[in-house]
Order: sequence, then structure tokens, then C-alpha cells
Amino acid sequence: MTSLRRTPLAADALDATDRAIINRMQDGLPLVSHPFTALANDLGLDEDALIARIQTMREIGAITRFGPFFDAEAMGGAFCLCAMEVPAGRFDAVMTLVNAHPEVAHNYERTHRLNMWFVLACERVAQIKQTADRIERETGLPVLLFPKEHEFFIGFRVTA
Amino acid sequence: MTISALDRRIIAATTGGLPLTPAPFAEVAGWLGITEGTLIDRMTAMQDAGVIRRVAIAPNHYALGLTANGMSVWDVDNTLAVELGAQVGALEFVSHCYLRPRADGWPYNLFAMIHGHNRDEVEILRAQIAALLGPACRASDILYSTRILKKTGLRLTEGGL
Repeated sequence: MTSLRRTPLAADALDATDRAIINRMQDGLPLVSHPFTALANDLGLDEDALIARIQTMREIGAITRFGPFFDAEAMGGAFCLCAMEVPAGRFDAVMTLVNAHPEVAHNYERTHRLNMWFVLACERVAQIKQTADRIERETGLPVLLFPKEHEFFIGFRVTA
Repeated sequence: MTISALDRRIIAATTGGLPLTPAPFAEVAGWLGITEGTLIDRMTAMQDAGVIRRVAIAPNHYALGLTANGMSVWDVDNTLAVELGAQVGALEFVSHCYLRPRADGWPYNLFAMIHGHNRDEVEILRAQIAALLGPACRASDILYSTRILKKTGLRLTEGGL
């Protein structure tokens, strides 16, 4: 994975056409032989020019990826958000122990008494609890489990 | 749906993305030694089953100025939580929205990730959610991330995810 740009681009880095491409292409392309053709026509571009713009936007970090978005749960995986209250003096040591587990997919430090929040990604549901138990034993700290009980449809789109 | 061995190869070949060419499916089919039609058929089946949500670009919201995000958490009356959660999830500035169990010392059951250009804007958006929830919400908080400690992509192993 390339590292993610975490700072804003200059205001003039993208023109109106680039912004229209970003806004339109978050909604999905048709699964057809030439998936860019219809969008290129809509935007008044030829297909090669559209693809070149997407390429450039990926190079400058405006776009992180182009491709299918998978629902890992629909593929049979098990996931669980977890949180721990880690004493400040032990934070880095606990982080090292937690991150050493390949099941830990993401881990964030957050501003709260519960200051370490991570996602466990396992092949089977039973492995979630087993991994959390191992982390509790290794760190001597409780791991709170926050499994998803209901997922709401998301309308989130970034307006470029 | 049942993911076939071929589906698994398709997933493995495309988790890093599709090639930016006029006919990207033909190119991926060539890598896998299958026809373009077979690839498109399998990807369409996976999209219909929800395994593929969509084929699209992922904008980098940091690069586009959305540099602040906060995990807002809410203690919402259980009888209204599903109905109100759906309204919160539909807000254009919310990227993830779930109900999760409460815990000792943690009264919150609704989690909504808010994105904004800065923390002041995130707090304004948070107030919009508070107004939407009204008296059904008894308490709330927001947790800002201060450091990414680990971030990995989707892992695929033999035979399973």
C-alpha cells in the first residue's frame, strides 16, 4: 500500500472537470467492457482523456484507489471494534503487544478514557473472543468488545 | 452467497484496484486466464450479492480538505435507536453509522463517524445530530483520533478471508 496523503492539496490542484470526475465516480461504474465510455461522454471528454485525468489524480493523491469495494463481512469474515483503557506510561508497550496480532486490522489512539480503539478481523466469529482474551492476558488490561448490532445505510460522499 | 475458488482469485487480483485502461476487465481476465465475459459475469454476481458494493474511485478526503474526523457516540433510547440511527446514517457528513452494545461505564449505543474541514466544523455537525436525536438522546461524547497506530488492507488467506 502506498502511504496516504493526509494534507490538503493546493486549491488549484484540481479543475472543475477533475472535481466532476471525483463526484461522479464515487457512485460506481457499470460492469461492462468499456466502463469509462458513458461517463466520458457525459463529461464531454474522450475516454483516454478521462483515464489520464484519473491517473494524474491518483498520482497527486486526490484519489487513493480505483476498483471494486468489497464487503468483507459478506465474504464470510468476522469483525469487531474493541477498546482499551491504557495507562499513559504503558501506552507504547501495550500498542506493540496489540499490534503484533495479525488479527488487528486498524488501531487508533483516541481522546477518551478509552484511549485505544482497534478492529479485529478474523476468519470466524469465535476467533474474535479468543484474540481479545489473548490480548487481555498479554497486557493485563480489559478489552471491551463493541460488535456491530445494526449497520445503517450510508449516504456519505466527498464533494470535491 | 458462496464464494467460489474463482471468485476468490478475482478478489485477490482486484483488492489492489483495477488497471486504468479503457478495458480494465479484459486486462484482469488476461491475468487470470479467463475470458472478459466470465470475469464480468462473476463480478456482477458478487455485486448483486453485496460482496462487491460498487466499482468506483475512493477519493482521499484528507487531500480534498476533509482533514478532521470524530467518532461521535450517543446514548439513544433503545425503542427509537433503529429509526433515528437510519436518519443519522443518511446525513452526508457521516461515513459510518452503527448500533453497538453498551458497556460498563460506556452508556453509548449509537456510533457515527463525522467528517469536516476542521474540528470547529465537526462540532457544528455534531450539534446537528444532537438536534436530530432530540430528547431520545440522554448523553453523548466525541472521540478524536490523535494517532494511527496500525492500518492494514484487507487480508486474504487460503480458503478464508
